[in-house]
Amino acid sequence: MPEINVTPLGAGQDVGRSCILVSIGGKNIMLDCGMHMGYNDDRRFPDFSYITQNGRLTEFLDCVIISHFHLDHCGALPYMSEMVGYDGPIYMTHPTKAICPILLEDFRKITVDKKGETNFFTSQMIKDCMKKVVPLNLHQTVQVDDELEIKAYYAGHVLGAAMVQIKVGLESVVYTVSVNKSVQAAWIDKCRPDILISESTYATTIRDSKRCRERDFLKKVHETIERGGKVLIPVFALGRAQELCILLETFWERMNLKAPIYFSTGLTEKANHYYKLFITWTNQKIRKTFVQRNMFEFKHIKAFDRSYADNPGPMVVFATPGMLHAGQSLQIFKKWAGNEKNMVIMPGYCVQGTIGHKILNGQKKLEMEGRATLDVKLQVEYMSFSAHADAKGIMQLIRMAEPRNMLLVHGEGAKMEFLKGKIEQEFSIDCYMPANGETVTVKTNPSVPVDISLNLLKREMALGGPLPDPKKPRPMHGTLIMKENSLKLVSSEQALKELGLNEHQLRFTCRVQLQDPHSDADTLHRIYTHLKGLLKGYSIQHLPDGTVMVESIVIKVSSSSEDTNTKVLLLSWSYQDEDLGSYLSNLLKKGLPSGLC
Amino acid sequence: MAAHLKRRVYEEFSKVVQIHHEEAPAKKLRLSKPSKSAALHIDLCKTTNSTDALQYLLQFARKPVEAESVEGVVRILLEYYYKETDNSVRLKIASLLGLLSKTQGFSPDCIVDDAINTLVNEKSHQVLAQLLDTLLVIGSQLPESPSVRQMLVEVACKHLSDSYFGVRNKCLQLLGCLGLVDTPLNKDSDGVGTLRHTGAQRDVQTIISDYFGDQDPRVRTAAIKAMLQLHERGMKIQQIIYDQACRLLSDDYEQVRSAAVQMVWVLSQLYPESIVPIPSSNEEIRLVDDAFGKISHMVSDGSWMVRVQAGKTLGSMLQVSPHFLEQTLDKKLMSDLRRKRTAHERAKELFASGEFSSGRKWADDAPKEKLDTNTVNLIASGACGAFVHGLEDEMFEVRIAAVDALCQLARSSPSFAEKCLDFLVDMFNDEIEEVRLQSIHALREISTHITLREDQLDTVLAVLEDSSRDIREALHELLCFTNVSTKECIQLALLELLKNLNKYPTDRNSVWKCLKFLGSRHPTLVLPLVSELLSTHPYFDTPEPDMDDPAYIAVLVLVFNAAPSCPTMPALFSDHTFRHYAYLRDSLSHLVPPLRLPGRKQVYGLDSVDSGSGPGSVESAQVFLQQSLNRVSTIQNLEAPGSQDLLNFTIRDLQRLGELQPELAGAADFCATYLRCQLLLMKALQEKLWNLAVPLCLKQNVTATAAAQQILEETYKLEFLYSGLENRQVASIHHVRLQAKALQLILTARTKQGLDLLMSSCEKFLQEIDSFQRLFLTELPHLQDSFVDKLLELMPRLSNCKPAELVKILQTTLRQSGLLQLQLPNQQIHRATATIIEPTGESDNPLRFTSGLVVALDIDATLEHIQDPQKSVKVQVLYPDGQSHVIHPKPGDFRKPGPHRHRLITQVYLSHTAWTEPSQIEVRLLLAYSSSSFSSLSSLAVNQWSESMDSVPPSEAAVEGTIELSKAVKVFIMPKPARR
Repeated sequence: MPEINVTPLGAGQDVGRSCILVSIGGKNIMLDCGMHMGYNDDRRFPDFSYITQNGRLTEFLDCVIISHFHLDHCGALPYMSEMVGYDGPIYMTHPTKAICPILLEDFRKITVDKKGETNFFTSQMIKDCMKKVVPLNLHQTVQVDDELEIKAYYAGHVLGAAMVQIKVGLESVVYTVSVNKSVQAAWIDKCRPDILISESTYATTIRDSKRCRERDFLKKVHETIERGGKVLIPVFALGRAQELCILLETFWERMNLKAPIYFSTGLTEKANHYYKLFITWTNQKIRKTFVQRNMFEFKHIKAFDRSYADNPGPMVVFATPGMLHAGQSLQIFKKWAGNEKNMVIMPGYCVQGTIGHKILNGQKKLEMEGRATLDVKLQVEYMSFSAHADAKGIMQLIRMAEPRNMLLVHGEGAKMEFLKGKIEQEFSIDCYMPANGETVTVKTNPSVPVDISLNLLKREMALGGPLPDPKKPRPMHGTLIMKENSLKLVSSEQALKELGLNEHQLRFTCRVQLQDPHSDADTLHRIYTHLKGLLKGYSIQHLPDGTVMVESIVIKVSSSSEDTNTKVLLLSWSYQDEDLGSYLSNLLKKGLPSGLC
Repeated sequence: MAAHLKRRVYEEFSKVVQIHHEEAPAKKLRLSKPSKSAALHIDLCKTTNSTDALQYLLQFARKPVEAESVEGVVRILLEYYYKETDNSVRLKIASLLGLLSKTQGFSPDCIVDDAINTLVNEKSHQVLAQLLDTLLVIGSQLPESPSVRQMLVEVACKHLSDSYFGVRNKCLQLLGCLGLVDTPLNKDSDGVGTLRHTGAQRDVQTIISDYFGDQDPRVRTAAIKAMLQLHERGMKIQQIIYDQACRLLSDDYEQVRSAAVQMVWVLSQLYPESIVPIPSSNEEIRLVDDAFGKISHMVSDGSWMVRVQAGKTLGSMLQVSPHFLEQTLDKKLMSDLRRKRTAHERAKELFASGEFSSGRKWADDAPKEKLDTNTVNLIASGACGAFVHGLEDEMFEVRIAAVDALCQLARSSPSFAEKCLDFLVDMFNDEIEEVRLQSIHALREISTHITLREDQLDTVLAVLEDSSRDIREALHELLCFTNVSTKECIQLALLELLKNLNKYPTDRNSVWKCLKFLGSRHPTLVLPLVSELLSTHPYFDTPEPDMDDPAYIAVLVLVFNAAPSCPTMPALFSDHTFRHYAYLRDSLSHLVPPLRLPGRKQVYGLDSVDSGSGPGSVESAQVFLQQSLNRVSTIQNLEAPGSQDLLNFTIRDLQRLGELQPELAGAADFCATYLRCQLLLMKALQEKLWNLAVPLCLKQNVTATAAAQQILEETYKLEFLYSGLENRQVASIHHVRLQAKALQLILTARTKQGLDLLMSSCEKFLQEIDSFQRLFLTELPHLQDSFVDKLLELMPRLSNCKPAELVKILQTTLRQSGLLQLQLPNQQIHRATATIIEPTGESDNPLRFTSGLVVALDIDATLEHIQDPQKSVKVQVLYPDGQSHVIHPKPGDFRKPGPHRHRLITQVYLSHTAWTEPSQIEVRLLLAYSSSSFSSLSSLAVNQWSESMDSVPPSEAAVEGTIELSKAVKVFIMPKPARR
């Protein structure tokens, strides 16, 4: 029985360094190739030695698919392709292909230039790696080779995020990253895959509506602006920053506000550029407005200059990095912290030890470098804008795709446990949550397609009713020929002809002893009337040459030599009439009823 | 190409016939019949290959065929059909048959059998499907003949087993449209005793429902649609189908699911109270609840079309039990398996604890108690959270559908209205404007059931800053109808409205109106705020606010509207407030109600009379109006001394009455205008100079001509500007117009010498009398002794006499005829009005643009009591050089904010050659009318065959014109010469 094996190299009961190996129908596919943000040693990257101890990966992998551009999904790509060695195709969507190298380069700079690590991939390696990338379009079926095909669906998580359906023959696996809360954004056919592999970061969370959260955010910004205060929003460069920009931009437009919004420079501008290009990948609102103008051609948002921070009057500034630990956001924060009219909004999670974390916990005095202390008078707000799917979103997706098995990755074990229970309870399908390196084997039961010859089909049609009834299966006779990986169902004559064989007749004969005092001819007649009474709808003939024919079955009677009362019936039938023949022999073994004349 | 030429010839031939038709219409029938079918016959015979034939048939399809020759054409087509081997040609013929049988005036029963016969030998599935479609058309043309239907249904049943989906589709459609509604098929065929088709033995519903399980999704959809069609035609769908329909809800194909949603809905409306079991338990619930649950489930379907369908459908399931209804708003949040409160719950709690904060607290949404894993329901089952899903959907279409449904359900259930308030208010922040607008409208509709909490009001009011005018005005409208709970709410609302006023000064009227209602709805809440609002102080005199400040006026409007229900309030006013009241009562009387203020009777005498008489005042005004009209009717002789004065006074009275009583303004205005027409006529006729010789009375002629012209104009206004008129009033108006025309004729006769001209105008006048008689035949008894009545008596003589004589008769009749009394209609008369809000005409900054190019001018106007403004309202732009453009706004530019009210927001494009300095153009709105007094005549002339229309000249009597609807607004523009 064919099986599909899934082995997470990373992200098995864990968050970070997504890397899942799938072998399906003899093909090996790597889904995502991410890094772990929490480690700085070898644990940072997935353990590729699982695939092979030494040598290149090319011969072991048929393709690599990257779902979206977050580093925990693509961070190890240059390492794998250039340093470990892989030359096969890497698939990702167009936006991912555009933005991925920017992030990788940034990541490399921080690791190598700032932290001074050696033995890391170089810029050239990133470039070489990107050359191996084959871009994917949504809903486009790509043939990796003759048997393996992949198809991308919109996943709505971040720009360019995709769900991927991998199909070999009739077996299929769907891999999805966290879909947005508004699941409908992520749409998939009822493709009924054998396995649905899903991220489960927020397996135990059901979130409030996005609108509520947005409203709170906008209200806070608006109030501060009206008071004449300044708003600082520390962000990471990609994804959420653009989302917030759009949000503020529309709000400004809607409310007819005039205060300036600034976006601190850096790689964001480049990223914004890509966002502009990939409008079709964004949400309905942006796509709808695009007819009039490109939403990313911001009208109210301008590039930030260091000197603007001292300008009087209200303003909103987006600045990097997101946790206020260094850089521009920290500088601005220091400048503005003393005024209670101002506000800082933290749109994401802050790691312990950063200033962001401290002020979120209500610390009012901060120690800076040197002996200086900073009084935090400005208001501090927290805003959750995570783009991950919550438990409901995952359940919705399962409902839509109707998988036969479910596999959870990229989440904490304990939380997965809960979701697993729920999935098994609601959908009564098997749900797996393998740890790293642990292989899940799923037996599949694929239906085998068989070509059927038209003549045979027509013949069968003519025999039965006009239309095949989908509710009732109907047996048919034919010969299955397996030849060079293809299956064919043909009529037996044609099969014989094709194979160059002679037809052999197979006949069964059977003697049945019967106690009957009558003469042979009378016995035969009695048999004839008996059968005539029982088998309605069959042609039964009493032939003059002393035989009874039931369809093609011949029945003869002869008296036994010793006892004239013991009659020996000779039944003979061909192989095709096996059913009827054995029925008749059983029937006649029971003897004839005495009431017959 | 020979075919073309041939055809040309025949076309021309038929045209000639059309002209003949004027005299002998009977001839046309015989002549044109062979023409059409013969042409077709010849052309089809000429075609050599199928491509030509197809080309020809395509061309043929573009021209209509007259009803008489349809049958002939059909025969020829059928003949050709049997000969043709090419599928596409046969397909086209089949579709042509359907097209032809739709011809008006043609009854297709004669071709039914032929059409059915074609089916027998047809091999191509596509053609078969098309033929069935044709049969469907034929069948629906013959609703009265059950035998044909029976026949067609049998045909459909026979072909249901076809292997091509299109054929099955059409058969199902046929069954749906023609299946017998009241009698199931088996009864019929039992009587006949024929067992020809086993399918016909069962009733249509069973047959159709068999195809719910068809292998092709398109056929499944068609089956459900057919069933819905049966329902629409009044057949009672059996309840057994419910289970099948529910199963189809989980179909793989969205079209099937979408149709299934409709089907389930229909059944839930038919059998709301029957009981269905819940699978996997022993319980049973009402069918409507079950259906509600199932459809709610579809709100989280994968396809947005289905979601929209489900959302829309939910709104109309009003019989659902409240328990299920409330489940739709169920929303549980959790974080790390711990229960979390929703923002709504938090807001509510804050409100209940008496503390109002915007939730500016770190981690106030921190998760609370631990949840039992078993109780968490992750997948929405049944109605649970349906609207929560719908309102958070990614597609705005779904959200709008959900908002609509919420609104409908909430209107019928006050408790649900209370519950869904939070969600609706939430939608005010949607990113798509349509959704925001829709939710504002929804909230307004349910506003009778609800009272807004402070935090909700806060969210609502935040929308006041929206830059979209539609949103703001909708919100003002909403505030007019809302109930708020505390005086803080009033204060908050006032503050935000003032902010709004400050930011968008053009909203002035709307904001004032909003405050007017706010004040009159919540007098007790306003009372404690008065001194604060008016900034009065018990000991100190405060400075007098600026009377022209719109914000101050806004505050006053609020206070004054609260005052009538709070007798203690005026005591809190300071002196200047009373003065301001007097001023506002006069200048903005529609916003400030009459107040009974102690010791100020002498100043407000008028007001106190108004308020004193209370509700009776309208009636008394009505009586007054009637009396005035009666008084006028006593004028018998136009020459009687004092009658002019009487008219003059009555007109003045009526005008003043209109100003005082807005309810009667239309009627009073209408009467006044009518009387003015009479007065003008009287003046023009009264002069003694009529007896003088022509050259001597030139001056008189000039005034009389002017008067006649003016009367004509006024009558058009009377006819088209006022709504609520009955035929009788229209007759009176036409009567006056006829008089004016008679006057014109007399004047022409006196001044112009050309006899030809006179002849033609006499003839025209006689025609007018004729058409008047025809149009107002029923009204003639009411016009006893009037001008027309007398003329009609003389009619035989008039039509034969010479022009000079006619003029003489007219002159005497005109002078002898009395005044026709105006009867007021039973319903209210409204005058169509329009006000241009923007441009205001106050700007001194000219609109600069390069000459030769265009500049867009935004126009915003409100229209009242105009029927069908999309067709009749136009914008006129008048340039200083006398050039005038009339612009027809797009139908989409008209919005309908309320009954009898329209709003025109459009852009007009201006352009002109270069000017040396800025100058003003005038912009005004016009009401276009077309008075076709011969409308009945011209409609007779309209022929079936549209080709003939070319030859019929447009009815000359149709008078087209425009009436000024609004005051002109002046706009400064400055076209600059282009820089080279």
